[in-house]
Amino acid sequence: MSQLKVILQFSGGAELLFDKIKKREVELPVLEKYLPQINKSEWSIRELLVWMKDNLLKERPELFLQGDSVRPGILVLINDSDWELYGELDYKIQNGDAIMFISTLHGG
Amino acid sequence: MPVLCRTGCGEKAVLKRPKTGDALCKNCFYHAFETEIHYTITKGELFNKGESVAIAASGGKDSTVLAHVMKTLNKRYEYGLNLMLLSIDEGITGYRDDSLETVKQNRDDYEMPLKILSYKDLYGWTMDEIVAQIGRKNNCTFCGVFRRQALDRGAAMLNVKCIATGHNADDIAETVLMNVLRGDIARLKRCTSISTGSEGTIPRVKPLKYTYEKEIVMYAHYKKLVYFSTECVFAPNAYRGHARALLKDMEKIRPSCIMDIIYSGETMAVKEDVSLPTQRLCVRCKFVSSQEVCKACVLLEGLNKGLPRLGIGKSSKAKKMLEEYNSKLEHSAKERAIQDLNDHKVINGSDKCSSKGKSCKSGLCKSKKKYTEIDNHVNKCCNSDCSGRCKCNQSNDKENEGNTKINTLLEQYGINESSNDSGIDQNKLDVPNNDIVEDLLNQEEDPCSGSCGKMGSLQIGF
Ligand SMILES: [Zn+2]
Ligand SMILES: [Zn+2]
Ligand SMILES: [Zn+2]
Repeated sequence: MSQLKVILQFSGGAELLFDKIKKREVELPVLEKYLPQINKSEWSIRELLVWMKDNLLKERPELFLQGDSVRPGILVLINDSDWELYGELDYKIQNGDAIMFISTLHGG
Repeated sequence: MPVLCRTGCGEKAVLKRPKTGDALCKNCFYHAFETEIHYTITKGELFNKGESVAIAASGGKDSTVLAHVMKTLNKRYEYGLNLMLLSIDEGITGYRDDSLETVKQNRDDYEMPLKILSYKDLYGWTMDEIVAQIGRKNNCTFCGVFRRQALDRGAAMLNVKCIATGHNADDIAETVLMNVLRGDIARLKRCTSISTGSEGTIPRVKPLKYTYEKEIVMYAHYKKLVYFSTECVFAPNAYRGHARALLKDMEKIRPSCIMDIIYSGETMAVKEDVSLPTQRLCVRCKFVSSQEVCKACVLLEGLNKGLPRLGIGKSSKAKKMLEEYNSKLEHSAKERAIQDLNDHKVINGSDKCSSKGKSCKSGLCKSKKKYTEIDNHVNKCCNSDCSGRCKCNQSNDKENEGNTKINTLLEQYGINESSNDSGIDQNKLDVPNNDIVEDLLNQEEDPCSGSCGKMGSLQIGF
């Protein structure tokens, strides 16, 4: 199983939910081992959100997540393009992908 | 497999527009986004050639994008406008410092003059000082009322024809929904109007009225515009928070709902006998008011007399408090009463979350569960930085709850709840008979987000 490195970016206030860190590189583990119960081998955004909840989101996950997706009002960009063009939760993550989360919910 | 731009330009699409569902490339998106705003401006006849226009600038995404687009359109279509930025410094340590830096950046980037007006200069009090005096519970009320008037004063100083604010389509739809949910039909009638203002006031216009929040944020992202975002997210338990969450949930399923709600608000027929309070000028400060004495002056009077709750509760209570204040001026009981009131307030303000010893990063109080029943409205955003920056709406329930406590205290000090008004020195302060709170909270369709996030105080996007 080849390694899967992704860049996660946060802005528009979303970074405030992730220790104010705007950009981080993470390496995702082998999916069969991390989530054996779902019986899948390829990471999609859906599983990435689970991993983020377990590993990065320390408190108040409801400000970022809702159901199995992001909270409406948080925009997701995959390699700088709207995830709505790429299947949203079902997008299959590729090695080196940059996934960005931008909050529209934070005021100014 | 990249999706191609719907216009056939051959470029790779970068986003799906919520309004139309079209997949567009960056350049076609910019063009559509800017052209729609231009169309909104011309169709609504928002400006006339040669006018000076102040852009209410908070450093947030909406006002930053508004400034950028106004600059672009003014040049491209030769509006001939003299654009300037108007910013309000509420005096909130750590909050405004940062956002004002962003506004100064806008000034340099867009080469527009910037006027910053501080609460301290206008009112003699910073928000930090007000919070120290009243606790955090009602600070959004002060902030919203003062900001609204501060913009008017700033606009008068700059001698501009109108103030452009950053209210976007999501904000307007939310306000329509809120007015329906509150049964506030009078405000429903005017909340969708693109230009507000009456005789003797400086009109506020909303060039981004039909612009989706998602597109504003995507535009700022691709254009690399720097903006400031607060820690304060709207409180999930606030009435407005629910309305906003509902709207966002619906938008996810059917993005056109935002435009549909605005359309409904615009075209709904309202019975003739529903009317708004007439606007007049405050006898004290001469700025626009629906009362003889404006809310800013009432709140300020309270602060300066050491009765900071004045003007926050029902006006009948305010009147009694003032009566008490005036009649017992020589009695030491007054000091005790005030001390008690103030102590009480501090407790109310702090037990929301700072008593936990740390600020709530999310802007939401950890202790919210305790309050969900009685305190359904807001101040879960008890982050000290919030001060009205969240999207929280302050409902009257909370005020009433506060009033109950005050009444108890007043009773303890022998003040008769049902005493009539005879013998009051009306010259001291002519407290209006209407329900001040109601008006405070609803005027201008603002919950505190204006600054606080959204429509609350025109801050929002300012
Ligand atoms: Zn294109
Ligand atoms: Zn006044
Ligand atoms: Zn607030």
